[in-house]
Amino acid sequence: MSGSREATGLNHDGGQAPNGGARKAEGGSREATGLNHDGGQAPNGGARKAPGGLLAKAGPAAGAEEAPKVRRRRALLGSATDITAILLVIVALFAILDFDAFFTTANFTNVLISASLLIVMGVGATFVLITGGVDLSVGSVLVFSGVAAGEVMKAMGGQGWGAALVGIAVSMAAGAAWGVVNGLVVTKLRVPPLIATLGSFGAAQGLAQVITNGNDLKDIPYELVDNLGVGRVAGVPWLVVVALAVALVGGLVLGVTRYGRRTYAIGSNAEAARRAGISVDRHLISVYTMAGLLAGLAGIMSYAQFGSTTLSGHATDNLAVIAAVVIGGTSLFGGVGTMFGTLVGTMIPAVLANGLVIVGLNSFWRDFAVGVVLVAAVYLDQLRRRARTAR
Amino acid sequence: MTALLEARGVTKRFGAVEALRGASFAVGEGEVVALMGDNGAGKSTLIKTICGVYAPDAGEIRFAGSSIAGLSPSAVHGLGIETVYQDLALAPDLDTAANLFLGRELLAAGLLGRFGVLAKKRMAARAVQVLTDLKVAIKDPTAPVATLSGGQQQSVAVARAVTWADRLVIMDEPTAALGVPQTRAVLDLIRRVRDSGRSVVLISHSLPDVMAVSDRIEVLRLGRRVARLVTRETDEAQIVGAMTGAWTQEDAE
Repeated sequence: MSGSREATGLNHDGGQAPNGGARKAEGGSREATGLNHDGGQAPNGGARKAPGGLLAKAGPAAGAEEAPKVRRRRALLGSATDITAILLVIVALFAILDFDAFFTTANFTNVLISASLLIVMGVGATFVLITGGVDLSVGSVLVFSGVAAGEVMKAMGGQGWGAALVGIAVSMAAGAAWGVVNGLVVTKLRVPPLIATLGSFGAAQGLAQVITNGNDLKDIPYELVDNLGVGRVAGVPWLVVVALAVALVGGLVLGVTRYGRRTYAIGSNAEAARRAGISVDRHLISVYTMAGLLAGLAGIMSYAQFGSTTLSGHATDNLAVIAAVVIGGTSLFGGVGTMFGTLVGTMIPAVLANGLVIVGLNSFWRDFAVGVVLVAAVYLDQLRRRARTAR
Repeated sequence: MTALLEARGVTKRFGAVEALRGASFAVGEGEVVALMGDNGAGKSTLIKTICGVYAPDAGEIRFAGSSIAGLSPSAVHGLGIETVYQDLALAPDLDTAANLFLGRELLAAGLLGRFGVLAKKRMAARAVQVLTDLKVAIKDPTAPVATLSGGQQQSVAVARAVTWADRLVIMDEPTAALGVPQTRAVLDLIRRVRDSGRSVVLISHSLPDVMAVSDRIEVLRLGRRVARLVTRETDEAQIVGAMTGAWTQEDAE
């Protein structure tokens, strides 16, 4: 505020920044900034600081050098910078180990196909996580939506474009309906998202089993299988086209629209958003609805791809999706994240699974590696938050 | 002095607790009025009643001649009254412009705007303009406000209020968390807001701040106004006396 340079004090001892009326020690005529390495979170919005000047152990250079670097990186890829580098390293490693088998268009297409369902669900999950929520129900909603569509298509005679298009619509509507339920339970009943969506995770899976008596539906219109399932447009599989289109639209909505801006605002400080006149509950319901709708879309994609409702095949999708979104730099605490990061975060497990097989390693190493990357990603997020709130 | 805002005989009860017992308060056009009082005197309740957060049980509140008692917070905003709360209500992950336009985002012209696309450049330019007018130096307006210092965050919150308040800005303890140079900057900011023709209500415990920046002082005690003072004609002892009950102005109510 003085308009001049800030002196930065590093406070290694930590502890919570003092609340309320506490005043900072003076750093001469300039501002003294406490950099609190060990401390808890600064209180919401308030940014009150530790008396840095008194405990300063390092010179002012530390903060001053860090700032422009951070700023440049944020301009490029935001919170997904580090993880993009990791993906490139992984791709480069596999390319070095077996260039001819790994580094081909056909193989990259395979990787994208294997990731397409997770990408579609990840787009919805990115919005949900940025609001500070979580959606554990996606895998079950995927299965339920496929079953709902399957039953309707069966009732329509099982074949033909009519049944296929109605099936797509029913699947998305069924997913959206679960999303509405999630949103209402979270906002109106004030049940924490973790529990609300864990409940619908179980309920949707259970209902799908009840409807099918536990037997997978297998009759699906050839129109769906031949096009959405295994068909290609200009050499690119429909599954990949749909997934990337969803990611592109989702990224634009998140990045350049008022809807996206308010999604960040709510995750960043819901009370501030409310006071600014944003209808927080309505926005949250719409976000969960979109996540459900996309899980429903993934449901019909999965049915078309595998020709089966795969009742027991999606039990861990929710964790895979959340891992991908978080690896991509979206914060579990809300307010931070990018769609590009989610794409990268989805590609890392997919590339690992594919590449490990190609170079002849056991593909179970993927699960191990993804676990490590996930923890590393959240650790990086914590570092960013700490550096930020301490400034 | 013409009163821009005038509250008279405002009563507000919360169960058995009577937070306001016929409180009165007035702000003129283009003046800075400090609202003072000990903890529990009813300052925050009075402000929240004026802003529409609470509806008064009795009494009248008039703004620019018409009654605003019982209006909703958004209706009060619509009249050109903004409040800077103690917790600032900023979104820490968003940048300065995004916070200034929080809930009032500008949309792009034409078809893109129809799709809800933001006019980011226009908002950024407006933000820089507002900050320049208020002589607020934000090191990097595109950085998340969480990375700004406490004083700068305070300035962003004040700038947001000023952007949308044509008539009256209410500030709740704007300097409580700030160091001396930052406090001085916020006080300068308050003067510039007044010089732009707006009125300011300053809730503060800090006597030096109040003496430095206010034109008048009104003191609440136990839910009632006990003193109306002109800052130039009073001193700290008299104010403290009014706050603690050692001295009561006869005609203050």
